[in-house]
Amino acid sequence: MSQKFSLNVNGKDQTVEADGDMPLLYALRDDLGLNNPHFGCGLAQCGACTVHLDGKPTRSCVTPLAEVGDRKIVTLAGLGTPEQPHPLQTAYVQEEVPQCAYCINGWIMTAAAFLRDHKKPTDAEIRTALTGLKCRCGTHMAILRAVKRAATMMG
Amino acid sequence: MTRHENSAAFSRRALLKAGGALVVSISTPIAFEDADAADSVVAVATQPPLTPDQLSSYIAVNADGTIAIYFGKMDMGQGLAIAIRQMVADELDVAFDATKIFIGDTATSVNQGGASGSTGVQEGGKQMRMAAAEARRVLIAMAADKLGVAEDQLTVTDGVVHATTDGAKKVSYAQLIGGQFFNVHLDWNGKYGNPLYAPGKAQPKDPKDYKIVGQPIPRDDIAPKVFAQADFAADIKVPSMVHGRMIRPPVAGAVPVKIDEASIKHIPTARVVWDKAFLGVVADKEWDAIKAMRQLKVEWSQVSAPFPDQAALYDHIRKAPTRKREVGKEAGNVEDAFKAPARVIEAEYEWPFQSHARMGPGCAVVEIKDGQVTCWTGTQKAHFVQAGLAATLAVPKDRVRVIWTSGPGSYGRSDADDCAMDAAVLAKATGKPVRLQYMRDEGIAWDPKAPASIHRARVALDASGNVVAYDFLSKGFSRIDVNTNGSEPKDTLAGQALGVELKSGDGFGFPGDSYGFANKRTAWETIAPLLDRGSPLRTSHMRDPVGPQIHFASESFMDEVAAALNVDPVEFRLRYVRDPRDIAVIKAAAEKAGWQPRPSPRKDQAGNKVSGRGIAYAQRGATRVAVIAEVNVDRSTGAIWARKFTVAHDCGQIINPDGLHHAIENNIVQATSRTLWEEVRFDQNTVTSVDWETYPILEMGGAPEQVDIVTINHLGIAPSGAGEAASRPVAAAVANAVFDATGVRIRRAPFSPDHVKGALS
Repeated sequence: MSQKFSLNVNGKDQTVEADGDMPLLYALRDDLGLNNPHFGCGLAQCGACTVHLDGKPTRSCVTPLAEVGDRKIVTLAGLGTPEQPHPLQTAYVQEEVPQCAYCINGWIMTAAAFLRDHKKPTDAEIRTALTGLKCRCGTHMAILRAVKRAATMMG
Repeated sequence: MTRHENSAAFSRRALLKAGGALVVSISTPIAFEDADAADSVVAVATQPPLTPDQLSSYIAVNADGTIAIYFGKMDMGQGLAIAIRQMVADELDVAFDATKIFIGDTATSVNQGGASGSTGVQEGGKQMRMAAAEARRVLIAMAADKLGVAEDQLTVTDGVVHATTDGAKKVSYAQLIGGQFFNVHLDWNGKYGNPLYAPGKAQPKDPKDYKIVGQPIPRDDIAPKVFAQADFAADIKVPSMVHGRMIRPPVAGAVPVKIDEASIKHIPTARVVWDKAFLGVVADKEWDAIKAMRQLKVEWSQVSAPFPDQAALYDHIRKAPTRKREVGKEAGNVEDAFKAPARVIEAEYEWPFQSHARMGPGCAVVEIKDGQVTCWTGTQKAHFVQAGLAATLAVPKDRVRVIWTSGPGSYGRSDADDCAMDAAVLAKATGKPVRLQYMRDEGIAWDPKAPASIHRARVALDASGNVVAYDFLSKGFSRIDVNTNGSEPKDTLAGQALGVELKSGDGFGFPGDSYGFANKRTAWETIAPLLDRGSPLRTSHMRDPVGPQIHFASESFMDEVAAALNVDPVEFRLRYVRDPRDIAVIKAAAEKAGWQPRPSPRKDQAGNKVSGRGIAYAQRGATRVAVIAEVNVDRSTGAIWARKFTVAHDCGQIINPDGLHHAIENNIVQATSRTLWEEVRFDQNTVTSVDWETYPILEMGGAPEQVDIVTINHLGIAPSGAGEAASRPVAAAVANAVFDATGVRIRRAPFSPDHVKGALS
């Protein structure tokens, strides 16, 4: 049953008309034209679709549109810009982290929330916080370097 | 907002516009007197045919003096685009930033083989280097004519040709040919793909004169992705586009016999595309296509279960008739040497089917408009997909354009090419542009698989413990059951579904090493696929095709022999390895890791938590890699942590040390995942690995603590591949380290906790 949903995405109010059971991912990609996040599994097992809902990393591929409510949605495009990059974006570029880069929504959005809430994390804390995310290209070493670099930048 | 530009994303037309070609007055073509090409016109306003024998097919000088590079291979995220620009810029004597590269578009490049076998620099770079050298030669000849200065009195600085003795006598590349095209014939060897080679008359520079090659120039395709400004193939949208999804049978080999279209009547715009075994749905909205895929009621043909029980897989391989056998280079007489040896050591190893399991499943957009087909795909091999689409759609190849667009990772013949063909069939049937994205289960259960195999090794020893004979045999499914690209319908799911005659190819491989045993034989045998068409266990190339499995066996076995002789594993290898570059990587890895000689296993550990070290080495083509793994093993759980790797890597001349470092590191981590975790599960009906729970891969908790890399640079040795080589010795290095830690030899991959616990108990 098609309904109208008001969404606040990257600071902008938008309206989407769709089924309430449609995952948020498709509203962001197909209705609002945001080419990040990505479909990886549709099962909340990989993270490629991760966005922030009121600052909390959320797998948009399993989040029905009807359950989003008035929570503010931030995608990778809304996390930072080339002029005002998020420290993780800066670190990702400096460390040349990605190989294919299809997975980066998951890692960056999850790590951004983690570093916001955990200053000066240990290696073990970072690894635990990033469990449940997939990177098939095997860039894990560079991801760890970038997250540590960003953690230093964020004090 | 600043838009980060990735040069590879521009179209050729956009570039020529940006470069000003259309605003430059192009009148009479420029001719010059050249002893080698008298009276030939080397600069023309219209591009010569896009064929491998034309210099213009590789390089153009824009009106603003920037250099356009057209490359028929692809950069799957390992920095190849940067490396090629470095090679071309150095050869042409232009600044790195003055180059732009256009890759993987069949409308602008010739078929150089796509991403294939780590040949991006080795073959692709070699060709681009020759083309750039020829362009420089031609430009200097043009300048000599224009300036009235002999060619040997001219040199080039930042794209400006000038007299060595009189700097005022100068002319820029842009002035010579900017906005026009080279009309220069190359000596093409007549081959397409990886072996394509078309040199001109010029020779490349002396390697000691390179200034840009060897520099750690960073990738420019990362920032656009990190700021969500770059399109992946999955992000392409075209007007009137609809969304497709495919429906796969519950029992492999079954075909639809009855479709209940009423079952999706309630889903707006959803419709079925059904032809023989091909079954898909399309809908205007993506979510509706997914719902239709899930809800369509289908009756399938009754077929007998095609697969053996998974527990019987290796028995099946052992017993299956050999379809083809090939013996590698043989030394001495192995059979004779095994007749009366003092001692024989033998072992057998097993490797499972593995999936590319890309980060996202395949996705392609196909538009058929006015007889012209356009496809956006993350394939590794755009030119081969062009041929495949032409055959699938029965249109001439020149009416098909394939535009490579970044995909969700790529490690060989994945589901990408199948997806492009399926999308084309849907587009033709519906008369609309179709974006087809597979679902997760198709990306793992239905991609072409890395072949499962067994490997038998034996050595004969004399009374003094010297190896007098070595015999190594691989037996398994073919790495070309379906071909390594989708250029022919027989090799794609769509082609097989639509009834194209099938032809499974035979190929495996040999160990890459330089062990100088007096009697030595390596061989492989292939067996028939388990199901002859539309099989989720069809096999093809996956990163370092059959390399991980072969060298898991061969390099584990060398370790077994060393241990049986109570010899340090590094020392054992150095006794028999003959190639000086092989010896150098083994020594470099051992030195970097602080290797202290002693035989394996360790004898100084008690309790459940133990650690160990292991070495393995391999050649891959002209590249050599030695890997030392240091692992922790928990005997009570079977859990292995590959804590530290030390890698020594020699791929000849290093083009970009940063790119090389990342390529090696990512190889090590992905190979660790394959070693410890990856195994395609199946039952007698079909593949049951359908997601990341049923096909686990390495996660961050299991990532190594440290990867130390030593790269050996040989300026004077042609660069060889680095895209896959470091994957090759990882499994054996880890297995050897587990043996060192526990005294137990793991001979079956993956070394998942349940397997290891079973082996340890």
